[in-house]
Amino acid sequence: MTHLLILIYRNLFRHKLRTFLTILAVAVAILSFGILRTVIDVWYLGVEVASANRLVTRNAISLIFSLPVSYREKIMSVDGVKSVSYGNWFGGIYIDEKNFFPNFAIEPKGYLGLYPELVLNEKEKIDFFKDRKSAIVGEKLAKRFGWKIGDTVTLKGTIFQGNWDFTIRGIYKGRDKNTDETIFFFHWDYLNEMVKKTMPTYADQTGFFVIGIKDASRAGEISQNIDSIFKNSLAETITETEKAFNMGFVAMTEAIVVVIELVSYIVIFIIMAVSANTMAMTVRERSNEYAVFKTLGFRTIHLLGLIFGESFLITMSGCLLGIALSFPIADLFSASLSEFFPVFNISMQTILFDVVGGCLIALTAAVFPSIKAINTDIANGLRKLI
Amino acid sequence: MKEPVVSIKNICKAYQKGSETIPVIHDITFDIIDGDFLSLMGPSGSGKTTLLNLIAGIDKPDCGEIIVSGINITRLSESELSRWRAINVGFIFQFYNLIPVLTAFENVELPLLLSPLSKSQRREHVISALRVVDLLDRIDHKPKELSGGQQQRVAIARAIVTDPAIIVADEPTGDLDRKSATDVLNLMTRLNDEFGKTIIMVTHDMRAAKRAKTIKYLDKGYLNDSPANTDL
Ligand SMILES: Nc1ncnc2c1ncn2[C@@H]1O[C@H](COP(=O)(O)OP(=O)(O)O)[C@@H](O)[C@H]1O
Ligand SMILES: [Mg+2]
Repeated sequence: MTHLLILIYRNLFRHKLRTFLTILAVAVAILSFGILRTVIDVWYLGVEVASANRLVTRNAISLIFSLPVSYREKIMSVDGVKSVSYGNWFGGIYIDEKNFFPNFAIEPKGYLGLYPELVLNEKEKIDFFKDRKSAIVGEKLAKRFGWKIGDTVTLKGTIFQGNWDFTIRGIYKGRDKNTDETIFFFHWDYLNEMVKKTMPTYADQTGFFVIGIKDASRAGEISQNIDSIFKNSLAETITETEKAFNMGFVAMTEAIVVVIELVSYIVIFIIMAVSANTMAMTVRERSNEYAVFKTLGFRTIHLLGLIFGESFLITMSGCLLGIALSFPIADLFSASLSEFFPVFNISMQTILFDVVGGCLIALTAAVFPSIKAINTDIANGLRKLI
Repeated sequence: MKEPVVSIKNICKAYQKGSETIPVIHDITFDIIDGDFLSLMGPSGSGKTTLLNLIAGIDKPDCGEIIVSGINITRLSESELSRWRAINVGFIFQFYNLIPVLTAFENVELPLLLSPLSKSQRREHVISALRVVDLLDRIDHKPKELSGGQQQRVAIARAIVTDPAIIVADEPTGDLDRKSATDVLNLMTRLNDEFGKTIIMVTHDMRAAKRAKTIKYLDKGYLNDSPANTDL
C-alpha cells in the first residue's frame, strides 16, 4: 500500500508541467464552478432567508399600486395574526445612480419587531424611533460610503420627487451571515407627511404589509382570510408567504439563473474531458509498464489503484486549490459588486458540490484508461502494440 | 534422465489480423528437463517470443497443453495464472523493462511486494539478489542513472529475487554491447550452474546460444533440433 502511494507520487513528477497544468486547470474549473454556484445561491438568498412566520400583503393588481394604510387594523383582526407592519419602496438615489442600494420607508416599531435578524443596540433603536427624520442602515452599506451615526445623508427621490435629508441614527448588523446588510430604512411617517403636502392623493398609502403569524402551518388559511376581507373593495389584496413573495422577484430573472447553472455544469463537463484526455495520454505512455506489472503477478486491483490513485491525487489537489482560491475571490466579488450581491458567502453546500465535482472528474478521467489498461493483454503490452 | 520441468504437448497459436488468421506456432511438442539451459533460436518473426510467452504463462495457446512442474497452466484462470507466474517464473526482457521511477532496490523488491514477506525479510532477499548481480553499490540508482548492462543486471536480480524455478529471457543481450552481454551471459550461466535454475532464453546471437546446454531452432512456427537451411 505504501509502495503504491510512493509509486503514484513519483509518477506525478514524471511530467511536471503536465501535472501542474492539469492541477491548475482543475483548480480554475472548480473555482469557476464554486463562484457560479454561489451566484445562484445568492440569487435565491431572499427566498432562503425568508421567515415562514411572515406573510406579505400587496395590491392584487401589481406591486406598483399601493394599499390604504388603514388596512392594518383590519388585517390585525384576522385570527392567527400576531403583528402587522408596513413599508414602501422609496427608490431614492444617493448622489449617483451607480451607488444603488435598496431603501424603504417603514413603520419602525412593528417592522423591527418582525425582523429580529436586523440587530440594533437599544440606544440606537430608541434614537431611531424618536427622530422622525432619521434612518438606520446596514453595516456593509455604512462601510461602503463611510457613514457614521449622526451623519446626514441626502437621497434624491425618483418616485417621490425632491431631495430628502436623513440623519443616520443606527447601524444594524445581520444576525446571520446571510442577512442583507445593505438596506436603508427610514420612517414611513416622514414620507407620508411630505406626500400629504406635495401629492395629497397618494397620502396614507403604503406598498406592502408584513404580517407576523403565530403558526406557520396556518399561513395558507390566514392569507385567504386576509384577502377575503378586501374582496370587492377598491384595492384588492394578494397575501402570500414572504418566501413566495421573494420568489416572485427571483422568478423574473429565472432564465439568467438557469443559464448560470448550465454554464457551471458545462465547466465541469469540459474539465472532465480535459482530465480524461490527459489521463488517457499518461496511461498510454505507461502501457509497457503496466504489462510488466502484470507479468510480475500484479493484478487488476493494483493497476486500478495506480491509475485511480493518480487521477484522484491530481484532481483533488486541483479541487482543494480551487476551493481555497474561491474564498478570496468571493471576498473580492463581495467588495466590488456589493450593489448586485449584498451577501456573497460560499456555502458549505457549495464546497460539498465542489468536492463531489472533483470526485466525478477524477472518476471519469480514470475510468476509460483503466478499462484499456486492464483489457490489454500482457503479450501485446510488452510488444508495445497498443 | 532428469525429470521434465516443462512439458509442452501439441500447442498451437495463431493471431487474428483483421479477417486474416496468421498461424504462428504449429503443433509443437517438447520437454524441457529440470536444470536445462535452453536456447531458442530462429529468424525474426519465427514465433520465438510467442513460444516463450506461452511457456511463461503470459499468453495462452489455442490448442494443446503446457505442464509446468505438474501444473497444467493452460487450464488456469487469469488470476490463478497471475499468482502462478509471481511464484514460479522470473522474467528478463530485451529492453530490461525496469520501472523508471523506482530505484534499483525498489525494482528488485517489486515482485516481493506480492509475497507475505516482512519488510526486513524482503530487504534481505533484495540485497542477496543484488549481490549476485554485483550491484550493491547501485542500490539507490534509478534506471536512467545506470548503463544498459547494469539495468539488465538489475532486471536479472528482479527475476531471481523470488527464487523461481524457471527463468525466461527474451533476447537478454539484444540491446547490449559485447562486454555487457558477456557479463549478463556469465551471470545466466552461473544461475544455471550454481543455483540450478532452468533457463529458457530466446536469442539471435550465436555466441549467446553457445552458452546453452540445449539449442532448439524455430522456423515458421515449427521447432527443430538443427537450424533450417538458412544462414543462421
Ligand atoms: N498480437 C499480435 N497480433 C498479430 N500478430 C502478431 C502478434 N504478436 C505476434 N504476431 C506475429 O507473430 C509472428 C511471430 O512473432 P514473435 O513471436 O514475436 O516472433 P519472434 O520473437 O521470433 O521475432 C510475427 O509474424 C508477428 O508479426
Ligand atoms: Mg521476439
